[in-house]
Amino acid sequence: MSPDRQSTTAVEPERYELRSPSYVRFESNRRGFLKFLGSGVVVVCAAPRTAGSQESGRSRRDSEDDLPRELDAWLHIDPSGGITAFTGKVEVGQNIRTSLSQAISEELHVPPASIQLVMGDTRLVPFDMGTFGSRTTPTMNLQLRRVSAAARDALIAIAAKKWNVDPASLTAENGRIVDTSSTRSATYSELVKGQQITELLPSEDPLIPATQWKIAGRTLPKVDGRDFVTGKHRYPSDYKLPGMLFGKIVRPKSFNATLISADIREAESLPGVTVVRDGNFLGVAAETSVLAARAAASVRAEWKSDPQPSNGELFDYLKKNRVPKDRDDGSVHEIGNVKEAFSSTEHRLNSTYQIQYIAHAPLEPRAAVAQWDEDHLTVWTGTQRPFGVRSELATAFHLPEEKIRVQMPDMGSGYGGKHTGDAALEAARLARAAKRPVKVVWTREEEFTWAYFRPAGVIEVSCAANGDGKITAWEFRNYNSGTAGIRTYYDIPNQRIEFVPVDSPLRQGSYRGLAATANHFAREVQMDEMAAFLKMDPLEFRLKNLKDDRLRAVFQEGAKKFGWEKKKPSNGVGFGMGGGYEKLGYVATFAEVFVDSGTGTVTVQRIVTAFECGAIVNPDGLRSQVEGANIMGIGGALFEAIQFQDGRILNPHFAQYRVPRFKDVPKIETVLLDRKDLPSVGAGEAPIVGIAPAIGNAIFQATGQRLRSLPLAPDGLKATVKS
Amino acid sequence: MPRKYTLLINGQSFSVDVEPDEKLLSVLRDELDLTGTKYGCGEGQCGACTVLIDGRAQRSCITPISAASGKSITTVEGLAKEDRLHPVQQAFLDEEAMQCAYCTSGMIMSAVSLLNQKQDPSNAEILQFMQGNICRCGTYPRIVAAIRRASGAMKESRP
Ligand code: FES
Ligand code: FES
Repeated sequence: MSPDRQSTTAVEPERYELRSPSYVRFESNRRGFLKFLGSGVVVVCAAPRTAGSQESGRSRRDSEDDLPRELDAWLHIDPSGGITAFTGKVEVGQNIRTSLSQAISEELHVPPASIQLVMGDTRLVPFDMGTFGSRTTPTMNLQLRRVSAAARDALIAIAAKKWNVDPASLTAENGRIVDTSSTRSATYSELVKGQQITELLPSEDPLIPATQWKIAGRTLPKVDGRDFVTGKHRYPSDYKLPGMLFGKIVRPKSFNATLISADIREAESLPGVTVVRDGNFLGVAAETSVLAARAAASVRAEWKSDPQPSNGELFDYLKKNRVPKDRDDGSVHEIGNVKEAFSSTEHRLNSTYQIQYIAHAPLEPRAAVAQWDEDHLTVWTGTQRPFGVRSELATAFHLPEEKIRVQMPDMGSGYGGKHTGDAALEAARLARAAKRPVKVVWTREEEFTWAYFRPAGVIEVSCAANGDGKITAWEFRNYNSGTAGIRTYYDIPNQRIEFVPVDSPLRQGSYRGLAATANHFAREVQMDEMAAFLKMDPLEFRLKNLKDDRLRAVFQEGAKKFGWEKKKPSNGVGFGMGGGYEKLGYVATFAEVFVDSGTGTVTVQRIVTAFECGAIVNPDGLRSQVEGANIMGIGGALFEAIQFQDGRILNPHFAQYRVPRFKDVPKIETVLLDRKDLPSVGAGEAPIVGIAPAIGNAIFQATGQRLRSLPLAPDGLKATVKS
Repeated sequence: MPRKYTLLINGQSFSVDVEPDEKLLSVLRDELDLTGTKYGCGEGQCGACTVLIDGRAQRSCITPISAASGKSITTVEGLAKEDRLHPVQQAFLDEEAMQCAYCTSGMIMSAVSLLNQKQDPSNAEILQFMQGNICRCGTYPRIVAAIRRASGAMKESRP
């Protein structure tokens, strides 16, 4: 893969992610900043320039005293020797608190658990667009490492001056600076006492090869694991403040509804209940959650809404409802002459693939606690974008952002589903009216209904190939799913790839891997269809059309581990593969599926995933992410689908919306390819893209049924075939 | 009308003033600030709220306070003895059986209940017993490994 293609991929804009127009800002000046941190050693690190920050990327200083506005991270060693690092990234279960602590600990030679890592607190940390897009490992890990190394060097310089020796003779060991030429040593605390040192590191392209920086490459247990197994850790939904009330929102019966009237008399007559009606917002706050629920239930509200589409007509709807011109961000990528290639090539296939909406359903629903102090607002909430939530709040309450502080305790995950600040807005609105702190925790039903969904889509694919298995032409049209992973990585001379944005009937947004799951599904099933059509082995067919070495490597390694060559389908058992890359993570997934011919039940028996994301930072954490992505992916592949009708969700409960459980889990084997020569990238997303096509292709091999709609078999195979 | 209930939680006695149909989960979390027990669905479908009542796993989100009163309740906060983690807690750490860990306390409580009933469950028995607990992060294989490990550790420590 050529370097310039690599960088295009890395910053490929994704319409469901880039909502935030601003990039990085820093509000306090150097004096205010130092006052906050007190004395000691402070190292700050300027953010790298990116496509989005070209203009502001030049070290812009408002005055001599000011720090540049674009900062990525900072670290403070206080006079007691305490080490605190600050980052705008947040912990949502991807274990970055541990991997980032690990990076710092190695440079500063202190135990990881002794480092305090402040994450996602908008008052304390540098601006950050959000934790998504698998950007934490490639950027933040390296930035914190640089900052920590600089802090270590600053400590060495202090010691060298104090002892009047050559800094080269000093090293850091176990939280001390040690003079190797004598037995002299000093703790960090002894060294920083009375010092006030600030160092600014210039920005640097973080994507430098791993060989140039020290890779941890070993497994570290979760730094605060004990707090989780003892129940001590407080998630956003566990927050509690003195005098806090519980909020409850009165929801409309359907989406896009307007509030006509509300009888709130009964609710208001309940002891200590505050009722808020503000436009379409209707909510209550009360002393207990039980009372809040009762008050909300007593409100008689009348809503009005227009008829809305339902599942039955979804795919038709998506093809007919392109967004109006002024909002159209569609795209066409074309090379060669597709038309001519199609007409001159021997074998042609056309297929249409469909993808239903699915829900993230994080186990911790959206939650927020809001507190006003005069016109200052503090919110604790679970989000992947604390600064994004801050600007949502600023807009909603007409406040400057400096008056709002959003804090993000490590939360019960999001998978791309918690980019918005809905619960924070609701809690803040109620708290302002009640003049007390208010907590809002969504119910499971609210989470399934009022959050946003992974976009549904229709994808039309045409492919032409010669009898020898060389693909000559490729046409790919995606309605609504999105552009992530839309380009083909197969080597095809004539291509036309189009994205058609649609006015989605349901609220939609980011999801783990974004549209890459849908696009990979369509592409990799089409590849399988063509291989079958040409009576070629699907692996051989792929490799024949694939030049990308990294992708070839994962397909080949995965096939080896899986035993692809030796596998022959038998008795309802089939094998399939799917692979590709996303966010510079390369994946090939192989699945073994059993279809019971009597009941139609589909069982995934075994999965082998070969994965490569550059140099490996934490192998066990990586394995865990790959396994988790596969298991989550089984749900979207086989049975998850949001059912909706006329603006209402019909299956907003775990009893109706099936998610993978213990018995759905196959044997999972993960082959990790460690490329020490390549930059390390995140792994939260890429491994999810191969599973759906692998399962679909395996079902085809087992049964001869070609399934082109996700989920593939929500009620087993028979039901699917019938409908 | 609210009534007074006495609850025996983690060996300690608490008295609360709540409605008889209020669920144990909200009493634990909101009244007693025992937030280790989680809300995941409130419908008995996910297992995040699992506690032990007289040694058996129960979903606290569908257990009315009136049914819990007078019985011995154990939450995740009550498993460790002083500084010593319960073998199941230790096994979850050793197997890294968590990502966001929001499901973890419910998983641990279910696992403790399983191992109370059956010292050495087969894999199939583990899956069957744990089927009601959801982990959206997909750490299931590690949880099974943790339960196996804990089962081994508990066997060893028995005389
Ligand atoms: S919260 Fe009780 S089972 Fe889900
Ligand atoms: S670890 Fe996140 S839900 Fe289980």
